[in-house]
Amino acid sequence: MEKKQVIWVIIEQVQGKTAAVSLEVLGKACQLAAEAANAQVVAVALGSAIGPLAQQLPKHGADKVFLVDDPRLELYQNDTYSSVLRRLIERERPDVVLIGASASGEELAPTLAAQLGTGLAAHCTNLRLAADGTLTMLVPAFGGQVIGEIFCPVQRPQMATIKPGVFSPVGLAERTGEIVQEDGASLLYDAEIRLRATRLVVEEPPGMPIEQADVIVAGGWGIGSRENWRLLEELAKEFNGAVGCTRPALDQGWTGGEHTMIGSSGKTVRPKLYLGAGISGAAHHMVGIKDSGVIISVNRDKTAPIFQFSDYCVAADFRDVLPELLAQIRRAKH
Amino acid sequence: MKGLNISVLVKPVPDPGCYESIQIDPQTGILVREGLPNILNPADKHALEAALQLVEQHSGRVVMVSMAPPNALETVKEGLAMGADEAWLLSDRAFAGADTLATSRVLAAGIKKLGLCDLVLAGSESADGGTAHVPSQVGEILGISHLTNVTWLNIDTDANVRARMKMENGYIEVEGALPMVIGVSRGMNVPRYTSLPGILAAQDKPVKVLGLNNLGLDPGSVGLAGSPTQPGKLSRPELKRQGERLEGEPAELAKRIVAIMRSSGVLS
Ligand SMILES: Cc1cc2nc3c(=O)[nH]c(=O)nc-3n(C[C@H](O)[C@H](O)[C@H](O)COP(=O)(O)OP(=O)(O)OC[C@H]3O[C@@H](n4cnc5c(N)ncnc54)[C@H](O)[C@@H]3O)c2cc1C
Ligand SMILES: Cc1cc2nc3c(=O)[nH]c(=O)nc-3n(C[C@H](O)[C@H](O)[C@H](O)COP(=O)(O)OP(=O)(O)OC[C@H]3O[C@@H](n4cnc5c(N)ncnc54)[C@H](O)[C@@H]3O)c2cc1C
Repeated sequence: MEKKQVIWVIIEQVQGKTAAVSLEVLGKACQLAAEAANAQVVAVALGSAIGPLAQQLPKHGADKVFLVDDPRLELYQNDTYSSVLRRLIERERPDVVLIGASASGEELAPTLAAQLGTGLAAHCTNLRLAADGTLTMLVPAFGGQVIGEIFCPVQRPQMATIKPGVFSPVGLAERTGEIVQEDGASLLYDAEIRLRATRLVVEEPPGMPIEQADVIVAGGWGIGSRENWRLLEELAKEFNGAVGCTRPALDQGWTGGEHTMIGSSGKTVRPKLYLGAGISGAAHHMVGIKDSGVIISVNRDKTAPIFQFSDYCVAADFRDVLPELLAQIRRAKH
Repeated sequence: MKGLNISVLVKPVPDPGCYESIQIDPQTGILVREGLPNILNPADKHALEAALQLVEQHSGRVVMVSMAPPNALETVKEGLAMGADEAWLLSDRAFAGADTLATSRVLAAGIKKLGLCDLVLAGSESADGGTAHVPSQVGEILGISHLTNVTWLNIDTDANVRARMKMENGYIEVEGALPMVIGVSRGMNVPRYTSLPGILAAQDKPVKVLGLNNLGLDPGSVGLAGSPTQPGKLSRPELKRQGERLEGEPAELAKRIVAIMRSSGVLS
């Protein structure tokens, strides 16, 4: 019989709350474990006073949880987090380590991979685990125009990061798992801490998080002004939806902020319906919406590339169509 | 602190405006990138701008370090025109096919060879590979502190560093000390344009090309041979959709869109 594969998912928490991406990755790990028939899913949670959070992880697919609870781990910081994880990985020797590509995960993963001298695949769009333990990692490059297979044939663990919104979490209300308390003092020495994370400033953005919205109204450079942008906001509001943007629109300062940018360096979304206006359809943007239900686009240039990537194409000025659309939607709702 | 010795990691990349035209050779399965114009990776200009501002503040020197084929020299010169003092091009057939760890080993060897270096600045991600691994991995190999996705940076005269690292909906404030590697996020600054005097001055600035032997690297630790990750097949994602054209006056178009919204279940 082949050796039982062990898949680790590093759980990110911010202020005692599990990051959505960690549960998404845990969901994928469960699926990989099922594919490889004989695999175990282990969640590893680091933080301070995060016992309650760890208790929840089996319900999201963890067969086992390593919990490192230490006041020095309250805030993420690369040399504390990587020291603890490196020691645990060297001791337990998992076959696969998966990490959410959040801002901190994007730093933690390459740090750990370099310490372990192993390979890391970045921003995987899919993963497959064969029964012999070979992990096939699919990664985007050139702004998403190219997808490459990546393997890590010799070194272990095989490591991969996954962006938020790519996979779905699982809920297994009945599932229980073993929770193993680790001793922070033997995994982290004060002398190796060179950086100090002094404070975390988070502002919960108002409104529906774009990853969770069923309807996204997105705008680009073609919207032209903050004034015009309000039209997108009003449309989105009719659906309790969210407004997304391209990078040029973000740079103009018209939008709700960086958390609303969609694309290869922003969010991956899959609403039931995406309505884009004043967007040309660069691959950098389109890869972020490719799994959306219906894509409707409004662009005054008949030849705009976005039309090739849309289900419905409206070659018109958004200033003519969207106010009329808003009025009709409001009428339809009354 | 007597001035800052800063290395800036710069990567020549194919112009992102051309990525739609990248093809995969159906016979060999290899990327066809010939003919695509190269530019300095956009994020690296933010790193270079940060370096130039720090040197204006503290005095010092800015040396660019790049691992790339010899023909990349022209692209790297744009950084000299922006104001960098010197450029090192690390170039060797043995470096080809490197993953991020093998790339970082070469860059770290280049920085060590430079000798005195207080601060290494990099872009936070490249436009082509775009893994965002290299700043942290160079830091690990050099054995010094590192931070990436940094949106704000302050270095005082005692070599203390304060930085803000971007988080999901905010930032984390971190303190440390030089030497350090920092990956600069594009939000940190607006890169300066190159000026004509800058371009002229660049002609006389020193440019060094170093290979495997100059850097004292083991051929087994670099390039494809030294890479823990190995590439498999390439493909293009399927993005194309049916693209039904809706025609008519605004009122008619809006009516069609309302109907589509109803049938997709987002409007009752
Ligand atoms: C389709 C494809 C997929 C890939 N996927 C992976 C993968 O999943 N894992 C992996 O390990 N490798 C991967 N690679 C290889 C990777 O792109 C190269 O190793 C590359 O040399 C460095 O990585 P990057 O461009 O992602 O750099 P990033 O880490 O995104 O770059 C960040 C910064 O580091 C500096 N930098 C990066 N490269 C250089 C350089 N050559 N010279 C000077 N400064 C530099 C720049 O300042 C840059 O802004 C992939 C390559 C391709 C073509
Ligand atoms: C490394 C890198 C990463 C990037 N990452 C991202 C990313 O994650 N997300 C992202 O979005 N971009 C990203 N970009 C930028 C990307 O390449 C494109 O430049 C960007 O997506 C184009 O935005 P746009 O469609 O809003 O603007 P443009 O390309 O300028 O298009 C504007 C469109 O509006 C139309 N228009 C103008 N006026 C009207 C009107 N009145 N009515 C209707 N239509 C009108 C025009 O016909 C045009 O098609 C990245 C770039 C790089 C280099």
